[in-house]
Amino acid sequence: MTLNPMITLKIDGVQISVPEGTTILKAAKDNGILIPTLCDLEGLTPYGGCRLCLVEVTGSPKLFPACITPASPGMEVTTNSDRLKDYRRTAVQMLMAERVHICAVCVANDHCELQALANQLGVDHVALERNFTREQIDSSHDFLVIDRNRCILCTRCIRICDQIEGVHTLDLKLRSKNTEVIMDLDESWGNSCSCTSCRKCAKVCPVGAIYIEGEPITQTKNRDVAEFITARRNRK
Amino acid sequence: MLKAFEDAVKEFGVENICKVARTGCIGTCSVGPAVLVDPGDYLYQCVTLENAREIVQKHIVLGEPVKRILYNNEGYFQKQQRLVLRNAGKIDPTRIQDYISVGGYFALAKCLATMTPQGVVDEITNSGLRGRGGAGFPVGQKWSLVARAHNTPKYIVANLDEGDPGVFANRTLAEADPHAIIEGMLIAGYAIGAQKGYIYIRSEYPLAIQTLQKAIAQAKDMNLLGDNILETQHKFDLELRFGAGAFVAGEETAILVSVEGRRAQPRPRPPYPANQGLWTKPTLIQNVESLANAPLIVLNGWAWFKSFGLPNCTGTKCFSLTGEINNPGLIEVPMGITLREIVYDIGGGISNGKKFKSVLVGGPSGGCLPEPLLEAPIDYDSLKKVGAIMGSGGIVVLNENSCMVDTARYFTDFCIEESCGKCTPCRAGLARVKEIFDRITTGEGELNDIDILEKASEYISNASLCGLGQTAPNPILTTLRYFREEYLEHIVDKKCRAGVCFKNEKAEE
Amino acid sequence: MSAKKTRVATVWLSGCSGCHMSFLDQDERLIELAKKIQIVHSPIADVKEFPENVDVTLIEGAVANEEQLEMLKKVRTRTRVLVSLGDCAVSGNVAALRNSWNNSDMAVLERAYKAPEDLQAAIPNMVPKLLIKARPLHEIVKVDFYIPGCPPSADLINYVLTELLSGRTPSMEGRAKYG
Repeated sequence: MTLNPMITLKIDGVQISVPEGTTILKAAKDNGILIPTLCDLEGLTPYGGCRLCLVEVTGSPKLFPACITPASPGMEVTTNSDRLKDYRRTAVQMLMAERVHICAVCVANDHCELQALANQLGVDHVALERNFTREQIDSSHDFLVIDRNRCILCTRCIRICDQIEGVHTLDLKLRSKNTEVIMDLDESWGNSCSCTSCRKCAKVCPVGAIYIEGEPITQTKNRDVAEFITARRNRK
Repeated sequence: MLKAFEDAVKEFGVENICKVARTGCIGTCSVGPAVLVDPGDYLYQCVTLENAREIVQKHIVLGEPVKRILYNNEGYFQKQQRLVLRNAGKIDPTRIQDYISVGGYFALAKCLATMTPQGVVDEITNSGLRGRGGAGFPVGQKWSLVARAHNTPKYIVANLDEGDPGVFANRTLAEADPHAIIEGMLIAGYAIGAQKGYIYIRSEYPLAIQTLQKAIAQAKDMNLLGDNILETQHKFDLELRFGAGAFVAGEETAILVSVEGRRAQPRPRPPYPANQGLWTKPTLIQNVESLANAPLIVLNGWAWFKSFGLPNCTGTKCFSLTGEINNPGLIEVPMGITLREIVYDIGGGISNGKKFKSVLVGGPSGGCLPEPLLEAPIDYDSLKKVGAIMGSGGIVVLNENSCMVDTARYFTDFCIEESCGKCTPCRAGLARVKEIFDRITTGEGELNDIDILEKASEYISNASLCGLGQTAPNPILTTLRYFREEYLEHIVDKKCRAGVCFKNEKAEE
Repeated sequence: MSAKKTRVATVWLSGCSGCHMSFLDQDERLIELAKKIQIVHSPIADVKEFPENVDVTLIEGAVANEEQLEMLKKVRTRTRVLVSLGDCAVSGNVAALRNSWNNSDMAVLERAYKAPEDLQAAIPNMVPKLLIKARPLHEIVKVDFYIPGCPPSADLINYVLTELLSGRTPSMEGRAKYG
């Protein structure tokens, strides 16, 4: 494997050198600067949907998703301006208002990335009116359960099912606020003939939308699984 | 109608001097069916079956136009400049011979015979043509990006997924002059080195699909598509791809995945389609209106093209003019024309003697502009400055009976339904914004709501992934900017001056 | 003690009283607090009418019925600084779970009083009328500060109170924890 040439950029005023082609997110993370994310997960292709990792680049009025924008030489990136913080708080509020996110009764309480982000960003209330949805809960599978009311449509489950497990049981249907994660051609999970019951979707779900019945959440959640498998596969 | 004229022509025995033909749309929607008599561009309006005989008898046989039913609105065409729509209504779109007889495919021949691909790109670049799909990216620059990309094969995707409500410019073009699109794609293919093109057209346009299919078959028969075009080495093949009714599929990255046969969801750029497009190969995505300009530029030269419009924004633009206006229709005007000229000179002013209130420029995610801004010239930058967009070229004129709060709510609703559901601001944000509108228009609004609206709109336009989300709050932002007092009336006085809102409440009482 | 004590009230709406428990969990810090504040109304103090001129009111619970709605509006007019205490006040929380159902007021009453196999099944008529939806406080009145948590930790309550009493704005970054 040939190494890409190194490039130098500035993130939050810190001079950083990374191999060409590295995303801003990765460059920042490797140098101890954490940019909030929800849909991104190392080991899976970036999605660019949650918009939490937006950063400012000096000289451009636009905002860039750090998970997908490659670092370029001489770039000056700001990850934590007041505007970005404000935008992140707005994004978290919009997600919390979108479906039923009541932490007190959620299986992923204390192990939820949305909850953790709200904490980190100081989202002490949701100014927008909360929407109480009645999406379908599917517990027809032997042990995997999906509660679509808690889904934030990050598509991590879909991507890991497709890219790591290679099955593509999960996908999306419909659009706008009606978008749903479905199994096969909108089968119930128990009737899905392609699902291998590998549990990876539950492991990487950032919230409590997909979980394993009867198993403590601490045991289920293993969000590094994609990175781990990808790294092992690339080692050959 | 066609038969009535044919019968009349037979009856008066003038078959040898008069040919009756079906054409595409002439653009005067309000006075159809319309009949055009050439030479002289005599346009008859609201023609009935009974009129057919009269027109043939008096006009063709005796040479006296029937003044009574002649289209009497000179202003409608006077201020227009028909380049792209030059053949609309003048030729039979189902006959390639008609297109060739008015100079069609000459530009292609000129390219193949006398120009290098780079020469074609330069010609387009010098013309200053900008993308007509709404964003206004310089077309020449796009072509040279794809031409320079190393990867092969290269593709062209013509965007005919005209999803905006009340917009029908591309449709008319495809129905009235399909070969202009095909020739534009052939020229682009030659310039960038692509041998395969797709026209992505929405399934809701059956007539346009039919016309294009026929045109493609004819072009293949005449060896204008396929291998060894015009006995040169140039190859180009064309296919239609049908949309499944999603507005967002018109977005340039969403259209690519949709052509590939997957769920139309935009993806972030970079990588740009010019480098990694269809099946990760370099791809040129261009609105059909931009493509239809190409033959003209090649044939007449970039300097000629620059004589239209403004120095920094050349050429013409098609607009679908609708709403509370006397002459709705499809128009093509030079860049730099003012909105006032469009609304009053071409559009003939507000219908039913009502008062002008606002004009929405740019489709459902355009901006609602007030009376004073009617002096604004139409070009990409000026429109952006006042909060509107060129967009798909939809102009909706609203009169005093329209409530601006309700208008903003209506168009937001459209964008909510059409959001692909991928990114947070557009999917989750717009839906919450709608709830605020629901509150304001039913009398439950609070002053605080205006702040939330403004903040959320700013966030959605800055943080959304694609053009849909980025422009979706435009109607909200412009109505808040120019018609704020109406919001205040709704919230404080619980009053709607147009009498549109609060209706549900009254019905319940 | 020369300085006048800050007049503090606490109110209990649709909640489980867990937030009040958490308030009491401040333990010995309550003694410190008592030097600066005076509790003028609280479910654990026998005061019938909510007093005028209250400096700070902490409200636990969502607004779920008409009595609570009236109470909240009254509290707002008589309080300088209103604080939503706990998830129910901040987000509706468990009380608002019923909002997923249409006409959720009737749905819960029927479920509670009619679904059990009881010969005398009947919805009681002497309780205050339920609102169609249980709502967080800030959807009804202006709320100045929020202390999320189910319940919020005693430390967090203490932190916010201390900051407010010394005239500072509490920062919730890293502190706002739902659930």
